[in-house]
Amino acid sequence: MSSSTLPASPMVHATGEPDHRRAAGTALWLFIGVATTFFSLFIVAYAMRMDAPDWSPIAMPWQLWLSTALLVAGSLFMQRAGTTATAGNSAQLRPMLVAGGAAAAAFVGSQLWGWQALIDARVLLAGNPAASFFYVLTALHGLHVLGGLVAWSIAAQALSAPAAELPAAAWRVQLCARYWHFLLVVWAVLFAALALLTPEIVRFICGRG
Amino acid sequence: MSIAIALLLIVVASVVFHLLTPWWLTPLASNWNQMDHTLSITMGVTGAFFVVILLFVVYTLWRFRHQPGSPRAAYVPDNKKLEHWLIGVTSVGIVALLAPGLKVYADYVHPPANAMQLEILGQQWQWRYRFTGDDGKLGGSDARFFTAANPFALDPADAAGQDDVVITGNEVHLPLNQPVKVLARSHDVLHDYFVPQFRARMNIVPGQMSWFWFTPTQAGRYEAMCAQLCGVGHPNMHGLVVVEDEAAFKAWLKKQTTFATSMKPPAPAGAGGEDLVAKGAALAQSKGCVACHTVDGNPGVGPTWKGLYGKTETMVDGATAKVDDAYLREFIKDPKARAVKGFAQVMPPIPLADDEMDAVVAFIKSHGNAPQ
Amino acid sequence: MAYADTDDLHEHHEPQSFITKYVWSQDHKVIAVQYGGTAILVGIVGLVLSNLMRLQIGFPGVFEFINAERYYQFVTMHGMIMVIYLLTALFLGGFGNYLIPLMIGARDMVFPYMNMLSFWVYLLSVIVLMASFFVPGGPTGAGWTLYPPQAILPGTPGWDWGIILMLVSLLIFIVATTMGGLNYVTTVLQARCEGMTLLRMPLSVWGIFVATILALLAFPALFVSGVMMLLDKTLGTSFFMPALVSMGQVSGHKGGSPLLFQHLFWFFGHPEVYIVALPAFGVVSDLISVHARKAIFGYRTMVWAIVIIGALSFVVWAHHMFVSGMNPWFGFFFATSTLIIAVPTAIKVYNWVLTLWRGDIHLTVPMLFTLAFLLTFLSGGLTGLFLGNVSVDIPLSGTYFVVAHFHMVMGVAPLLVVFGGIYHWYPKITGRMLNDTMGKTHFWITFLGTYLIYFPMHYLGVLGMPRRYYNYEGYTFIPPSAHSLNQFITVVALFLGAAQMIYVFNLLWSLKYGEKAPSNPWRACSLEWFTPQTPPKHLNWGPKLPSVHRWAYAFNMPGSREDFIPQNAPASAGGAEPSQEH
Repeated sequence: MSSSTLPASPMVHATGEPDHRRAAGTALWLFIGVATTFFSLFIVAYAMRMDAPDWSPIAMPWQLWLSTALLVAGSLFMQRAGTTATAGNSAQLRPMLVAGGAAAAAFVGSQLWGWQALIDARVLLAGNPAASFFYVLTALHGLHVLGGLVAWSIAAQALSAPAAELPAAAWRVQLCARYWHFLLVVWAVLFAALALLTPEIVRFICGRG
Repeated sequence: MSIAIALLLIVVASVVFHLLTPWWLTPLASNWNQMDHTLSITMGVTGAFFVVILLFVVYTLWRFRHQPGSPRAAYVPDNKKLEHWLIGVTSVGIVALLAPGLKVYADYVHPPANAMQLEILGQQWQWRYRFTGDDGKLGGSDARFFTAANPFALDPADAAGQDDVVITGNEVHLPLNQPVKVLARSHDVLHDYFVPQFRARMNIVPGQMSWFWFTPTQAGRYEAMCAQLCGVGHPNMHGLVVVEDEAAFKAWLKKQTTFATSMKPPAPAGAGGEDLVAKGAALAQSKGCVACHTVDGNPGVGPTWKGLYGKTETMVDGATAKVDDAYLREFIKDPKARAVKGFAQVMPPIPLADDEMDAVVAFIKSHGNAPQ
Repeated sequence: MAYADTDDLHEHHEPQSFITKYVWSQDHKVIAVQYGGTAILVGIVGLVLSNLMRLQIGFPGVFEFINAERYYQFVTMHGMIMVIYLLTALFLGGFGNYLIPLMIGARDMVFPYMNMLSFWVYLLSVIVLMASFFVPGGPTGAGWTLYPPQAILPGTPGWDWGIILMLVSLLIFIVATTMGGLNYVTTVLQARCEGMTLLRMPLSVWGIFVATILALLAFPALFVSGVMMLLDKTLGTSFFMPALVSMGQVSGHKGGSPLLFQHLFWFFGHPEVYIVALPAFGVVSDLISVHARKAIFGYRTMVWAIVIIGALSFVVWAHHMFVSGMNPWFGFFFATSTLIIAVPTAIKVYNWVLTLWRGDIHLTVPMLFTLAFLLTFLSGGLTGLFLGNVSVDIPLSGTYFVVAHFHMVMGVAPLLVVFGGIYHWYPKITGRMLNDTMGKTHFWITFLGTYLIYFPMHYLGVLGMPRRYYNYEGYTFIPPSAHSLNQFITVVALFLGAAQMIYVFNLLWSLKYGEKAPSNPWRACSLEWFTPQTPPKHLNWGPKLPSVHRWAYAFNMPGSREDFIPQNAPASAGGAEPSQEH
C-alpha cells in the first residue's frame, strides 16, 4: 500500500474540520452497541435465573400489546419525519415529529398501565423472580425510551427552523428515528423473552435437556 | 548503567530467594502430588522465561546505552521470521503448562467411585459436619427447616437423614487413605473450606451443593481455614481435620450423635436449671455465638463467657457496668448500644424468643463467677 | 475559524473567564487534568487505606482502632478506589482525553460538551463513594468484588447503607465512562487529520482506543449486576439471594444464585484489567521508541496484539471462578482460553525488548519507569500463568499469591507507566520539565520498594496464607518467619507510601520552578509535540489542521540526517512506514 499523500478522509470537511452529524451518527451506533450488550446481559441473567426450582412464569398483561402497537406506530411516524425533514417539507414534518414523540410517550404510559394491572393482580416486584425481571426489564427499556424523548425534544427545535435550513438539521430527526427503531427491536426481543422463553427452551439451548 | 545493574541484581536475587525461601508449599498430606508437580513445571517454565528475557534486557541495556560517541540506533522495524519463531516457542511453553494442568484437572473432576461422603456445612462463623449413616445416603436439607434445635436444617421427614451422623464443633476426623468426596453446603453466605496440606478445596455456595475430593495420605491434625470472605468473623473459622487410622476413626464416629438422637426432645423438666443450660448451650451453637465467644477463658472476637457473669465490664468511654441478667439481655437485644473496651463493635443483633433468651442467659451464667 | 455546522456544541470563541477556562471547560486538555487530578487525589486516599491495612497485617492488634470491621472496610474501599476510580479514570479520562485529539491531529473531542459532563458525573460518583465513609454503619466491607449474599447481609460491615452507596456510585461512574467512551471512540474514528490513517496512529492511541471499546462493552455487565443487587438489597428481590438463614433468622429470599452475580461481575471484571493494561501497553511502546530512538519493533503486530487481547479478554472471565463452585466443566474451557491470551501478550513483551535491541537507549526517567514496567509486568504476567492453569490455581486461589499477582500486574506495572507517562508528557502539558533529581529519587524508591513488597508475597500464598484475613491468630501451620515477613513488607509499604509525596511535590513544584521546556524536549515524532504553542492553546493547532505523511516511529530511518522525522514533516522528508509486501 502506497504511503504517499492520501486524500482527506470523507469524514472531514474541506476545511479539515470533523463533521458533527457523522460523528453523532457514529456515536449513536456505538451507544446502540452498548445498550445491546446491556439488554443481552439482562436476558442471559433472566435465562440463567429460570433454572431455579422456584420459577413461576407470569402472564403478560394485555396492555403490552397496546404498547407494542404504539412503539411500531412511533417508529413509522419518526421514519416519515426523517424523510420529510430531509426533503425540507416542514409542513409534513410537524405532525410526523409530534406523532412520533407522542407515540413514545404513550408507550411509556401504556407500560405503566400494564404495571398497574399486574399490581392489581398482586404480582409484585419481590417474591416472584419472573415478576422481578418483568418489572426491571420493562423499567430499563422505558427509561431508554424516556432518554430518547429528551433527544427528541432537542430535535424538535428543528420545527422552528426556516424551511430552507431544514435539510441541514434533518440529521437530528433521522438519528431519533434510528434510535426509535432500535428501541422497537429491543422491545420485541424483551417481550418475546418475557412471554415465550421457558426453562425447557433454556435447557435445550444450553444442552442440558 | 545503574538500572542494568539493578535489574541484574534483582534477577539473581529473585532466583536465590526462590532457592532458599522458607515459605513454600506445606508438606503434602493428600493424593494431589500431581498438583505440586504441575506447580513445579510452571515454576520451571516461567522461571526460565523470566531469567532469559531479563538477562537479555540487561545485556541490551549495557550494550546499547547511549554514551557520547555511541552509534545511532539501527532501523529494524520488524522481522517476520523472528516473530513467528517467538510465537512458536511461546506456544510450546503454553502447551507445556496447559497439558499437565488439564490432565490433573480431569482427575479433579472425577471422584473415585469408592469415595466416602463428608458433608461440610459452613455458617457464619463456624463449621459443622455430617456423615451418612449405615444407609450410605445423606438426608435432604433446606433452609426452611432451620431451627435452634435443627441447626443442620435437615428435613425431619426424610428417612435417609435419621441415621446421619451430625457433628457440631469445628473438628472432624477422617480415616487414612480413604478417598473422601466433600459435599459442601452453606446456610448463609459464601465460604470455602481450605486445608493447605490437602490442596483440594472449593467455595461453598448457599442455595446449592458444591464438591471436591481428595484422599488423606498422612495422619495428623490439620487446620482448616475459611477462604472466601464471609464477614467480620471470616478469620475465626478455625476448622480442624484429624486424620487417623481406620479403627480410631470408627471409634470416634461411634461417639458422635445421629440426627435422630439430636432431634429427640430433652428429658422432661426435672432439674429445670440443667435443661435450660443445655438448651442455652445448643442455642449458643446454632445462633453462632460460639464463633466469637469462648467458654475457656480466651477472648475471641467477643469477650469469653468464662467468668463473665458477675464481672464488672468497662466500656470504651470509661463507664463501667455489672454483668447481670439485665445487662446480658439488653446487650443481646441491642449489641450496638454499648462499646466494650478491647472489643470491636461487630456483634450482630441476634433475635431470640423469650424462652431462648432465658436459656442463653442461663448458659452464660453457668460459666460465671458470681453466685447465681 | 468557520465550522460547517453552526453547532452550539462547539466553542466559537476562546473561553474568557477563569470559570469557563478551568472549571466548566469543554477543552479536552483541561478535562484531562481535571480527571487526572481527581484520580490522583482519590488514589492518595486509596494509598492511605492500604497503609492502614498493612499496619494491621504487619502488627496485628497493635493499632486498636483498626478493628475487624474497619479493616474490611479499608480493604474494600482501597480495592475499588484503585481499580475503578484511579486507574480506569486516569487512563481513559486522563491520558485518553489529553492524548487522543493531539496525537491524531484533532482540535478537540467530537462532543466537547458531553466530555465536560462526563467529568462532572465522574466527580459525582467519587463524592457518593466518599460519602459512604460517613453513613451509619460506614462503607461496605464486602471486598471490592462485592459478592452476594454476604454484601447485603448482617455480619459484613456496611451491609445496611455502605453497600447501597457503593452500588449507586458505580452506576454513576458507568454513566460517566459511557459518555467518555462514546467520545473517545468516535473521535478516533472520525476526527483524524489528513493522512492519519488508523495504522499511522501511535500505539498510545491504539491502546486507549481498544480499551475504551472494551469499557463500553464490559461496564454494562457491572451495571446489570449492580442494579440487580441494589434491588435485592432495597426491595427484597431474589436475583442473587438463595433461601438462607442469616444470624439465626430465615430470610425472605429464595431461588437466587450468588454465582450469577459472579459471572456478571467477572464478565466485566476481566476486561476491566485490560482496560487498565492496554493503555499502559500503548504508552510503553511510545516511551520505549522515543527514549531508545528506535521504531517500535513490529508495529502492525503490536496493533494486532492489542486488538486480539481485547477480543479474547471477553472469553476468559471464569478463571476468576475456578473454585467458585460453578459447573466444573467450565474449568477446561477457561484455562485454555486464558493460557491462549498469554501468547499475544508475550509477543508484546518480546517486541518491546527487541525495540531496545540495537537502539540508542537514553536512560531518562521515562525510560527508567519503562524498564521497571518490563520487569514487573513480566513477573506479574508470568504468575498469571499459575493462576490461569486451573489445577494449579486450586490451592493458590484466595491466597496471597493472588494478591501479589494482581498488585504486580495491575498495581505496580501500570502505575509505573503512569509515572513515566506523566513525566514524559508533563513538558507538553505545562511547558516545564519535571525535576530530574526528584524524578530519579522517586523512581528508585518506587521501583525497588514495590518489588520488595510483592515478590516475596507470592511465597506466602504458596504457603497457604489466605487473603482478606484480619489476623492469623491460632493458625499454627504459619511459621513465625511469615509474620516477620509481613512486618517487613509493612515497613517498606509505609516508607513507599510516604515517598509518593516526592512525586506529588515534584508535580506541583515544577509547575512554578521547573526548567522551561522546549516544545519537543524528547525529540519525538508523534503529532502532539508539534502544536504551535506549548502548552497547546485552545483548539490546539492554530488556523490550519496538521497533515501527516508517515507513521509516528520514524526514528533513525535510513538516509535521514536527523535521528527522527516528525509525523507532519513534508512527504519529501521521507520516513515512510515499512510497506507490507514481503
